[in-house]
Amino acid sequence: MTAAVGSRPVKGSTSSLSPAQTRFGEGLLEKLFFFCALLSVLTTVSVIGILAFETYNFFQKVPMLDFLTGTRWTPLLEPKHYGILPLISGTVLIVLGAALVALPVGVASAVYLSEYASERTRNIIKPVLEILAGIPTVVYGFFALTFVTPLLSTIFPSISVFNAASGSIVVGIMVLPMVASLCDDALRSVPDALRQGAYSLGATSFEVSTRIVIPAGLSGIFASFVLAISRAIGETMAVTLAAGATPNLTMNPLESIQTMTAYIVQVSLGDTPSGTITYETLFAVAAVLFASTFVLNLGGTWIMRRYQEVYE
Amino acid sequence: MTEYNSILKADALTIAYAGAPAVRAVTLPIYEKKITAIIGPSGCGKSTLLRSFNRMNDFVADVSHEGQIRYRDQDLYAPEVDPVEVRLRIGMVFQKANPFPKSIFRNVAWGPEINGMDGDINLRVETALRQAALWDEVSSRLDDSALNLSGGQQQRLCIARALAMEPEVILMDEPCSALDPVSTAHIEDLLFELKEKFTIVIVTHNMQQAARVSDFTAFMEMGHLVEYGETDQVFTRPTETRTEEYVTGRFG
Amino acid sequence: MNKVNPLIVSDQLARRQWLSRLFKHFCTGVTFLAVAILGVLIFQVSVAGFGWLDWQFLTSFPSRFPEKAGIYSALVGTLWLVTLTASLAIPIGVLAAIYLEEYAPKNRFTAFIEVNIANLAGVPSIVYGILGLAVFVRFMGLERSVLAGAMTMSLLVMPVIIIAAKEAIRAVPSSLRQAAFAVGATRWQVVRHHVLPSAIPGILTGVILALSRAIGETAPLIMIGALTYVAFVPEGPLDEFTALPIQIFNWTARPQETFHELAAGGIIVLLAILLLMNATAVYIRYRGSKR
Repeated sequence: MTAAVGSRPVKGSTSSLSPAQTRFGEGLLEKLFFFCALLSVLTTVSVIGILAFETYNFFQKVPMLDFLTGTRWTPLLEPKHYGILPLISGTVLIVLGAALVALPVGVASAVYLSEYASERTRNIIKPVLEILAGIPTVVYGFFALTFVTPLLSTIFPSISVFNAASGSIVVGIMVLPMVASLCDDALRSVPDALRQGAYSLGATSFEVSTRIVIPAGLSGIFASFVLAISRAIGETMAVTLAAGATPNLTMNPLESIQTMTAYIVQVSLGDTPSGTITYETLFAVAAVLFASTFVLNLGGTWIMRRYQEVYE
Repeated sequence: MTEYNSILKADALTIAYAGAPAVRAVTLPIYEKKITAIIGPSGCGKSTLLRSFNRMNDFVADVSHEGQIRYRDQDLYAPEVDPVEVRLRIGMVFQKANPFPKSIFRNVAWGPEINGMDGDINLRVETALRQAALWDEVSSRLDDSALNLSGGQQQRLCIARALAMEPEVILMDEPCSALDPVSTAHIEDLLFELKEKFTIVIVTHNMQQAARVSDFTAFMEMGHLVEYGETDQVFTRPTETRTEEYVTGRFG
Repeated sequence: MNKVNPLIVSDQLARRQWLSRLFKHFCTGVTFLAVAILGVLIFQVSVAGFGWLDWQFLTSFPSRFPEKAGIYSALVGTLWLVTLTASLAIPIGVLAAIYLEEYAPKNRFTAFIEVNIANLAGVPSIVYGILGLAVFVRFMGLERSVLAGAMTMSLLVMPVIIIAAKEAIRAVPSSLRQAAFAVGATRWQVVRHHVLPSAIPGILTGVILALSRAIGETAPLIMIGALTYVAFVPEGPLDEFTALPIQIFNWTARPQETFHELAAGGIIVLLAILLLMNATAVYIRYRGSKR
């Protein structure tokens, strides 16, 4: 370890402070920085705490079993029902549709980028995909309502104005760059020596890609799927605008539905005084939302970390 | 040398990467069922030459070549030739063992299966592993992951993998450079057995290995083929001064 | 295998090669399809909204009458929001990153904090809205103010800033730090005079990208009560407000076609702002890497 002797004079007015004062100042600064970092923990704790608290209040009025297994969700109409399954099925429908769009396209794009594209093409396409990822969700909602739904109605005339298909297609487009990017990383980290070995045995590029490279990168690909699904679950504005506000326990994508996130928005647009049961439904639904994305995120990052060890 | 049959031949071959020549006008006949060693200092073009024999250079961007490579008198780079067909006849073992992250059995069976080679696959795998002198060590654990084998065993597995394709020629690119002396000795013994059925071309920067193992030796320097002849002659009575300097260790 | 004419292409091989070519074309086509979708989106929005873009649009308040409507209150609201969010999130986020990279001992608690931050980055934005509603609006009594909105957004973007700043700080070579320590500097002096200046381009890039995400967010603002029809601009942090994405949402949600066109106009402005910010970030990254 060599010191760059005398190259930079140390700035700062240490000459006017005693060593003890400097150390005290340093200690204070470090504590300040520590609290800034601690804020993140505080945030998580607050989120969990608040969700738990209000959800607990909610379960005092509505039994947990009714909430988790009930098939009718009508908290804003008489008679009131508090079964969350329609919201969950709405979310699931969106996520399934989005996965159907984003996962195959994402993997195929990743294969193209890592196995077939030239360096120059890659350097253009990757940023373009990043742009797709950066477009605000409200814009996608607009696109879904004003372009995708009319387009779908020419193929399926019976489709309702608000429908799950439109929302899920758009959420799929939104999530696609994440899948493509993570899968691209996964495929690129497969050692080239494996490809060379496979080619030397007389394999075609299709066989090398599908039978050697993709299986070798499978856990990274899988992790990208999990993280993308988590993103799709949390997606709000596009589904609020395009998929509807009708809690509907259905698997038909042509119908109007309501996702958990869209319900939260709907309630927020109205007047909800604290302490009312309607206010508490916000938190109960958000708790389910938070729990599912949290678990998926943990799972996805765990898979990614585990797979990184496999090659060494 | 004309009493030997030349199965593979580089003919006035020049290979260039982005315009910079790596192999310059090399004419090199490879004789059937003999071991030919290609030696020379780093960067002399021996690996490039080797890879051109099974068209693995096709994967390098911006590579161009002049001259020909003929396999049994067929131009390997003719437009109607499919590189896959070339690699079915001319196999390769790489510098660092690169088994697939699959079982031992699947590693050896993979090539024959995707190429639709008929016959009993179990027999094929066993034959290949025996030929690679690995069968005794792995026959009880064929379903184990290939990555659990030692370095030397993995390299022999890669040799078995190549042998399972029943090629006529096996190209070896410094196959022992990442191995310890014991594993190296195992593989060198293996080569003596293999040459009864296969033609072997081995690139090595270990001169002693070339002298021990090969029948013919080609010495390359800066892309040129400086000398080529029977190994005995190249090492004890080289005709070129550069060859003599290299093999006696005065440079390189 | 045919040893007489050794390189004849068999039927089976021809089929395999055909499949291989098909696969390549498929992957290529799918990728360019994704790119094309972006083109379609931008084209459709531009066509719908371009006609509405004029000075009057930028300087008018929203109105029941589309011809008179504009995004002035939304633009000013967004400006307020971004400024306040930046002034909260940047210092706290950067200082947190400095702690984690320069001061924190490598123990389980530090790892716990870092896992926490990574998780927060993946939490849906609407959950931040819920947090903001419960803590800033109700508990702290800030009601629907732009301050409540900014505090909520700060929490949202902070993990992104911290992660980017950490990376930028980590990229500073340790030889630089060691040289400074060797001449007797304290840790803070090393950070302030050597590490931070070197890391600033990376931090700035991360900050700009985080803020550009914040500008596009709608859900958390709706949750804390940002109004969707606002015909005034905030004059202080405790005033009510609206923001550009909310205005776009409001217009899109209406059934009339003309309001959709207005929304498209707002989208064009929003995308233009984002483009400008991202281009700035790319430029800074480019300039920073040239040093």
